[in-house]
Amino acid sequence: MSLVPEHLAELLPPLLQGLGVTLRIMAGAAALAVPLAVAAGIGRLSPIAPLRWIAAVYVEVFRGTSALVQLFWFYFVLPLFGMQLPAMLVGIVVLALNAGAYGAEVVRGAIRAVPPGQREAGIALNLTRGQIMRRVVLPQAIPAMLPPAGNLLIELLKNTALVSLITITDLTFRGQLLRSETLRTTEIFTLILFLYFVVALLITACVRLLERRVRVR
Amino acid sequence: MNPVFDWSFALEILPTLGAALVVTVQATVLGMLVAVTLGLALALLRRARLAIVSLPAAFFIEFVRSTPLLVQMYFLFYVLPLTGVRMSPLATGVLALGVHYAAYCAEVYRAGIESVPRGQLEAATALNLSRWDTAARIVLPQAIPPVVPALGNYLVAMFKDTPLLSAITVVELLQQSKMIGSATFRYTEPLTLVGALFLVLSLIAAWGVRRLEARLQRYGGKR
Repeated sequence: MSLVPEHLAELLPPLLQGLGVTLRIMAGAAALAVPLAVAAGIGRLSPIAPLRWIAAVYVEVFRGTSALVQLFWFYFVLPLFGMQLPAMLVGIVVLALNAGAYGAEVVRGAIRAVPPGQREAGIALNLTRGQIMRRVVLPQAIPAMLPPAGNLLIELLKNTALVSLITITDLTFRGQLLRSETLRTTEIFTLILFLYFVVALLITACVRLLERRVRVR
Repeated sequence: MNPVFDWSFALEILPTLGAALVVTVQATVLGMLVAVTLGLALALLRRARLAIVSLPAAFFIEFVRSTPLLVQMYFLFYVLPLTGVRMSPLATGVLALGVHYAAYCAEVYRAGIESVPRGQLEAATALNLSRWDTAARIVLPQAIPPVVPALGNYLVAMFKDTPLLSAITVVELLQQSKMIGSATFRYTEPLTLVGALFLVLSLIAAWGVRRLEARLQRYGGKR
């Protein structure tokens, strides 16, 4: 293997293009996963039993089956029911559903870690249930959610590589295409691994910054 | 004529999927064996006194944990043959699973090792035990049992990652169901069955891990 500048100049532009797609998918899935995680996490603690069941089934199904199986199921089976979705949308939605299920457990854990006295004080002050959640519990639970949420974001980044198997030209798929064109297998896969690594490092750095800001307040 | 979910077709393909499940379980068990041994080695290397040993180990763990398993699998699958190493796709997949999860297991072992009280180490020093004896007979016997449930969770996670082997031509559960799908043009039954199999097996495994955890706690495995 030799990564001389001309190889880099040849390989890097198409790979960066793929990285753009990867980042778009990650951002889209993350934006969808956050409300899903909050809804399912709070849903699992709801006093209304059917809400609890729905949230539990969602979390268990998406945590219990493999992400790739979920991706293929939505990609191959939904069209048979007449739901023809573009591959890109399937990728974003499935990754979001998957990450949301893991995120729900993070939200649930953080909410349960808030001391019960806080909730009781809210009741004593005659706050409504919604107010207790929004103004008392969540502000204290969010700092505890950040570190595991950062890890989940890195898991999500890693999972985006799976969409290459449903024909989306993300970073991994670009690499495969480039490999069959140039046969510079070792260079390409080394570059891809490092590109993912750099993005993961950036995510970790951003989450650290965010943690520090939340702690100061 | 074409029901949404044809139960007789599902029943018909179940034995074929069962045979593929054997490959999936094989890959999981072998991969986990690689992961727990290599993971322990990585954890110990990371704690080494020499920076030229501990820093590369730390970098390797971080790198493997933050890059996609699929790309690592491709890397081994396409690059190893170029270096003259010939391995079957299944062996390559097991190696990739093993190395990926070894990085996670190394962190689990590290947590276990760090939770051993300092006094234990000091007592070993006072008794003039060698570094090796201290690690093998004092620290690890106390560090590993409490982290077994955490390792179990990674076993379940690895099981759910085995479908990635289909990308490097291994005919495991998912690949088999896709083959049935492309031969019969029926994807609903095989893919739904695969999802259900994964769900049932990982729920059972997660339940087993929880029981193990409770049992370890009862016998004072947790400090």
